[in-house]
Amino acid sequence: MSKLFSEENKAAFSNPLNLNNPIAVQVLGICSALAVTSQLKPAIVMGLSVTVITAFSNVIISLIRKSIPNRIRIIVQLVVVATLVTIVSQLLKAYVYDVSVQLSVYVGLIITNCILMGRLEAFAMQNKPWPSLLDGIGNGLGYAWVLVVVGFVRELFGFGTLFGYNVIPQFVYDAGYTNNGMMVMPAMSLIIVGCVIWAHRAYNKES
Amino acid sequence: MEHMISLFVRSIFVDNMIFAFFLGMCSYLAVSKTVKTAFGLGIAVTFVLLVTVPVDYALQTYILGPDALVKGVDLTFLAFILFIAVIAGIVQLVEMIVERFSPSLYASLGIFLPLIAVNCAIMGASLFMQQRVTMEPTNAQFIGGFGDAIAYALGSGIGWLLAIVGLAAIREKMAYTDVPKPLQGLGITFITVGLMALAFMCFSGLNI
Repeated sequence: MSKLFSEENKAAFSNPLNLNNPIAVQVLGICSALAVTSQLKPAIVMGLSVTVITAFSNVIISLIRKSIPNRIRIIVQLVVVATLVTIVSQLLKAYVYDVSVQLSVYVGLIITNCILMGRLEAFAMQNKPWPSLLDGIGNGLGYAWVLVVVGFVRELFGFGTLFGYNVIPQFVYDAGYTNNGMMVMPAMSLIIVGCVIWAHRAYNKES
Repeated sequence: MEHMISLFVRSIFVDNMIFAFFLGMCSYLAVSKTVKTAFGLGIAVTFVLLVTVPVDYALQTYILGPDALVKGVDLTFLAFILFIAVIAGIVQLVEMIVERFSPSLYASLGIFLPLIAVNCAIMGASLFMQQRVTMEPTNAQFIGGFGDAIAYALGSGIGWLLAIVGLAAIREKMAYTDVPKPLQGLGITFITVGLMALAFMCFSGLNI
């Protein structure tokens, strides 16, 4: 049991959350991070989907890593990922249809998300299934928290809501406050992610 | 014909791959340090888009779509696996053909060609094409034939090329500016792209 939670395994899980964050430090998987974050709900659904897919694809590839011929490993990885993405996309369509419409093509684009291929190549091909699972969950969550932060800022200032509920009281609007329509525009997500990276780097330099 | 021209212009300026949909962001940020390499990657992306989108269009209309292969069967859910396999295969093929017939182009594209297989711009264009096939024919984004698919692919590729060369030029100049330490490199690049995207928003009402 102690072996399951050794220092190394803990590091595999916690490093991607902060010091080795896939978005803020490694700059992987940016496309979807920018496109789905205009509201909090799709951002969370997307973050969870990526976490699940990264974790499972890491485990599957790690289980069969010894029998994959080196020359065609990219294709094998792509097929595993594409199968998982198809399953997740069908599940989303069945249970949260409105969110899956909002996410549109970006669910399919998880296949080409660099986080997945990066983790499969760099970690799952060399490690046992259990550390691979932790690494996958860690990276997925590291990706998810950035999405949630960006989604939170954009929905709060762009619509004045969180999860679709009004959170800014009426008297603030009466006092002359208006929602900032620019936050909803795609361009602002780039600037907010830029600021998140700025804050993240400034913070990590101090500590 | 009019629709094709409109589709072409719209996909360069209005539905720009980078500024409106953020597709191909990873390589966009990583390879935009100098104009020369940026141009090479832009050409490679345009080239691969031009081949993959019409092929995926054929797959969508003749195999995957509702009632296309067998009456009453809708195979759309297989699109992800089939598209990515087609893209990976075509990239490999394009690489071999370019190497055989134009070694100089091959040398200048270098490592970019194989990398394109996992570029989201390529996959994204195919998925958007799949979405647009089901739109109303009156819609400005509708794709209804091979001509439309080619116009869309070419426009998207040129839009991507324009965006990456623009960013590379700005970054070359920005090397001489004094940016706060934690913001240097990636942070300021994101904000620059954000401002470029704001500038491109002025095209959003464009209609031909």
